[in-house]
Amino acid sequence: MSSVSTAPKTDAPKHPKSMLWIVGVVLLAAVPFAVPSLQLLVTFALAKGLAVVGVTVLLRAGQVSFGHALFFGIAAYACAFLMAAIPGADLALLLLVGTLGALLAGLCVGLFVVRYRGIFFGMLNLAFSMIFWSILEKFYHITGGADGIRLPRPTVLGMALERGPFELILYYLAIVLMVVLGWVTIRWFASPVGQIFQTIKTNETRLEYLGVSPRRALLSGYLLSALLCGVGGVLMGVAQGAVTPEYVWWVRSAEMVFIAVLGGAGSVRGAFLGALIYEIVRTYASAYAGDIWQMLLGAFLLIIILFAPGGLIGIFGSLAGRAVKEDAK
Amino acid sequence: MNVTIFLLALFDGVSYAALVFIVALGLTLIFGVMRILNVAHGSLYAIGAYATVSLTGFALSMGAAPILAFPLMLISAVLVGLLIGGPIEVLLLRRIYNKPEVLQLLVTFAVFMILEDVQRLVWGTQPYFQSAVLQSLGNITVLGVTYTVYQLILLPLVAVALLLGLRFFLRHTLNGKLILATTEDREAAQSIGIDADRVFLLTFIVGAILAGLGGALASPTTSILPGMGADMIVLSFAVVATAGLGQIEGAALTALMIGLGRSFAIYFWPEIAVLVPYLIMVLVLLVRPEGLFGSPAARKI
Repeated sequence: MSSVSTAPKTDAPKHPKSMLWIVGVVLLAAVPFAVPSLQLLVTFALAKGLAVVGVTVLLRAGQVSFGHALFFGIAAYACAFLMAAIPGADLALLLLVGTLGALLAGLCVGLFVVRYRGIFFGMLNLAFSMIFWSILEKFYHITGGADGIRLPRPTVLGMALERGPFELILYYLAIVLMVVLGWVTIRWFASPVGQIFQTIKTNETRLEYLGVSPRRALLSGYLLSALLCGVGGVLMGVAQGAVTPEYVWWVRSAEMVFIAVLGGAGSVRGAFLGALIYEIVRTYASAYAGDIWQMLLGAFLLIIILFAPGGLIGIFGSLAGRAVKEDAK
Repeated sequence: MNVTIFLLALFDGVSYAALVFIVALGLTLIFGVMRILNVAHGSLYAIGAYATVSLTGFALSMGAAPILAFPLMLISAVLVGLLIGGPIEVLLLRRIYNKPEVLQLLVTFAVFMILEDVQRLVWGTQPYFQSAVLQSLGNITVLGVTYTVYQLILLPLVAVALLLGLRFFLRHTLNGKLILATTEDREAAQSIGIDADRVFLLTFIVGAILAGLGGALASPTTSILPGMGADMIVLSFAVVATAGLGQIEGAALTALMIGLGRSFAIYFWPEIAVLVPYLIMVLVLLVRPEGLFGSPAARKI
């Protein structure tokens, strides 16, 4: 993992730095053969990372959502219901249906929340995720209540696979999705719609004077973020083989916001880097600090906000900047 | 409709609304003055409840009369305000008044995460239940429906007293007027010599005491378990947002609306009871985005 953590980020395609990212992805691809014990862990981390990118997108518009686990959970539950309806459905179909489910939910919630900014935006998202959570808990004859529903292993392109090969395929699917969707998101930021979307953070009123609807711009970003969370939710549900209301619980949403801020608010690469580091630390630290895990997260969040607003990406960037300067001397 | 069930739902709703209102009052006061939404408010509520149960349990084991629990509730609430609310304002919030709204929200959210684990460390995960106070006041029978005096009379009385008391405090005392002046225009208030830092600290502590008091008063009526803080912050936000952020009198009305809506749903359509507060909020905000009593904010360009 050290290879990933040393990789600094700039948006300009400078040679050595973007090379480092490529090396990072290649090393990730080697994990199943080099360190097989990490394989499933990295799958989880990448699934979460995709959802974190969703939260990151909104941070670029200066908005924070405390309820994005909603879309993560809706996609996972959509897959579970689909598997119950069509036993042996295909992974591609699950991915499609889960993502569509998240997008549809994103549209319904989005049409409402894009009218608000700041506090209202964050809290209304939280309220929606709490509503869905209590539906999952209360209507247990449909949703399985707190125990959730099993999500049996789907076929892959028509082939029924054993556990080992299936998990390997899922792992590489996660890496491909990370690269493709990460690239799409970065390109989207640079597109006209993405540029308008980010202007919401700096000055929304000017947007209106230009004749652009900020709500529509925010909605397009909201849909992208719901889609990313949905893809992450599908991966997570399929990898775990079961979905529970915990997917939608506010702690999940808080975790996403935490990782987004940890990685570097607004950085797509930082989101994945943050998710990897977070998941590894959590796996090994929760044995010792399970009781105070949330407390540590909260304390760390405070430290980042107050003392290192750039997040990990910012820290690595300045370290790399210093190294380059010293080389020049 | 069966009169007994109707009355039961009505009483449940009123006593529940009184509790929610007390918590929401603190939240909306802090927002009105400091323009910060304190997400950790829910934790202060939970800690107030836990502290009351511990103190009461201790006092009862020493052989004290159950009636003594009332001053202990007040003491717990004030302790929560001074020992937790005070340091949060001085050490954290004071650093971020000039930061973007999103960062302020993240900071109080981080405090919320920390306090949730603090509760679990101090009080564990098993539920607490301490209803000696509830029984000490006895029951009252209205039209054939027996209800506890504590929930039917005391809680609404406390809520109304707090509403009137806060109005009086803000409009007719020096400290209250200082708070109002700072709310209206912080810079102008400072230029005439008002110590805004002190006003903010005072406001935050009063708000935190109200959260703690809400928890203390709720403690005899419900079992106290981890997660109650998270539920309460979302619910009291729903109340405050429906009324319009910073609207004190409006919060009383919406608390009643949401409390009654929820309790009638419990009797007639239990599955959706948890959803009712949010449905009300969403419906109101769809029609009036600034809340029932809020006025559209002037836009800064």
